[in-house]
Amino acid sequence: MGAPRTGTGTLKRGNRGRLPDVPETPPHFDGGGVSSTLYLLRLVRTVMSWLSKVRNSLSSLSKRDTPDTLWMKCPSCGEMLFAKDFEANLSVCPKCEHHGRIGTQARFDQLLDAGYTVLATPKVPENPLNFRDTKKYPDRLKAARAANPFPDALTNALGTIEGAKAVLGVQDFKFMGGSMGMAVGEAFVAGAERAIAEKCAYIILTAAGGARMQEGILSLMQMPKTTVATRRLAAAGLPYIVVLTDPTTGGVTASYAMLGDVQIAEPGALIGFAGQRVIQDTIREKLPDGFQRAEYLHAHGMVDMVVHRKDLKGTLATLLGYLARKEVA
Amino acid sequence: MISFLDFEKPIAELEARIAELRATANGSELDIESEIDKLAKKSAAMLAATYAKLTPWQKTQVARHPQRPHFLDYIRLVFTDFVPLAGDRVYGEDAAIVGGLATLDGRKVMVIGHEKGHDTPSRIKHNFGSAKPEGYRKAIRLMEMAAKFGLPVVTLVDTAGAFPGVEAEERGQAEAIARSTEACLALKVPMVAAILGEGGSGGAIAIAAANKVLMLEHAIYSVISPEGASSILWRTPDKAADAATAMKVTAQDLLSLGVIDGVVAEPVGGAHRDPAAAARALADAIGRELAALVVRTPAELVQQREERFLAIGSL
Repeated sequence: MGAPRTGTGTLKRGNRGRLPDVPETPPHFDGGGVSSTLYLLRLVRTVMSWLSKVRNSLSSLSKRDTPDTLWMKCPSCGEMLFAKDFEANLSVCPKCEHHGRIGTQARFDQLLDAGYTVLATPKVPENPLNFRDTKKYPDRLKAARAANPFPDALTNALGTIEGAKAVLGVQDFKFMGGSMGMAVGEAFVAGAERAIAEKCAYIILTAAGGARMQEGILSLMQMPKTTVATRRLAAAGLPYIVVLTDPTTGGVTASYAMLGDVQIAEPGALIGFAGQRVIQDTIREKLPDGFQRAEYLHAHGMVDMVVHRKDLKGTLATLLGYLARKEVA
Repeated sequence: MISFLDFEKPIAELEARIAELRATANGSELDIESEIDKLAKKSAAMLAATYAKLTPWQKTQVARHPQRPHFLDYIRLVFTDFVPLAGDRVYGEDAAIVGGLATLDGRKVMVIGHEKGHDTPSRIKHNFGSAKPEGYRKAIRLMEMAAKFGLPVVTLVDTAGAFPGVEAEERGQAEAIARSTEACLALKVPMVAAILGEGGSGGAIAIAAANKVLMLEHAIYSVISPEGASSILWRTPDKAADAATAMKVTAQDLLSLGVIDGVVAEPVGGAHRDPAAAARALADAIGRELAALVVRTPAELVQQREERFLAIGSL
């Protein structure tokens, strides 16, 4: 906040002339002492920032090349946000705290200390069923690879979290809906095995619509396959921590995503086994408010905690501090 | 009386003609026995030819045939001294999964499986074979008991899928399936799974992560129903037959992919035309697998099971 903006953006509806939200904690909370001075400073800074935003935006109105990507609309509350502000806020909407879906690289950067190593994605047999629906499966894979930095939906990195060693696996919803095929299963096993070799925790951030249907039964078989890996982590006495992110459903939820020693969920994340439309069609009743959201699972005892993205790294570090294998002297 | 599937229409017509002739023969002096005999042979040949080359979508219909023998039929036909055991000790008793102690050709086992029911009251009682978390948690309890007392585990899989409902989600359907799969993998006793009809996705694998997996000849096993795949991938409900072919759901396909270990032959025209013969063939196949597994150590059994699944998708 407060940095002058030099971009070229058009003001979209709902923004121009809208007064900024004042910072929280009004002065009377502290009897008008030090914090009231800080409050005034923050207020001035917020107003200045808003003025500079409006100024920069107005100056750019005349320009032709105005990329839409500069502004974005919060998918939850509809607030117009500067994309850069949103990213700087860990892709969390500053207005409604909606946790946006983010890519693998951003996850690594947010959670691992600098100097981590991205591990190679294991190769697997491609298109074993020679599958085609409206498109050939290899064409879908090719398109997904062209649009994503990593070769499939699960990528591991080895690094430290506030100094504690861990292998971190991240599933990316942008890659074919994060779906679990053989590449995801094999990457999960490789991540767990690397953690065993390094005698450290395996942390997985899940995001998937479910199994990759283009691999048929072979995708279903990744459920027991990944479960073999979680059992091996357990046998080695190493922590296995699951962070459920939006959305995690289907066969992924019904295997490694529910087997963590500690289950963390991001606020508002959709987490479930069956899809909501399928359930609706089966029971023909309105689904309860907040059904299959992180907070709902927490209330029903399915996750240990719902953790805001800004606190996630610290929470993982604390857990590793308690659970990480003690070196035998 | 067998109810015919759509693709069996020519056979149904022949059978109707035979029945008509028999009725006529009874009331007359005419000698039409040889004609009936000829038609009966033709019908049998047609049935054999049809079932020898069923398409994946036709197999899907056979696998779901309302008269196809289910878990309790197999219990009645080939298992003896069945002692059903109920409840998950957490929430309730889910009759979509039935289990208990039983004897199969002299061998004491723990048998667990989905039961779909055979008429409206029993289908409702067993929730059409779609289990809730308490069903999977009962399966876990029975598997752990089997390991404790050194009994091999036999599972008979026949489900369209785990139940998709609000309460099932609230009670942790995903967690229950994950833990049940884990319980299979942890077993220190032999485990043989057989897909009887439909092996529907996570609801099936939860009790099918076994040392050896068999399938009946016309059973199907799939990550999603052909109808579901059609509506998601083709965005129309009309491509289920194409989806069944593309996903390779048949026992024959899955054997060649190395996902299952054996196909159990069904009587000509499917298990529903001769449940006793189907049950006998299944019992023999399970018995052979168990005999080979009981001589292995607990560690070998766990390792073989782990390697079996780790190998799927490895280069």
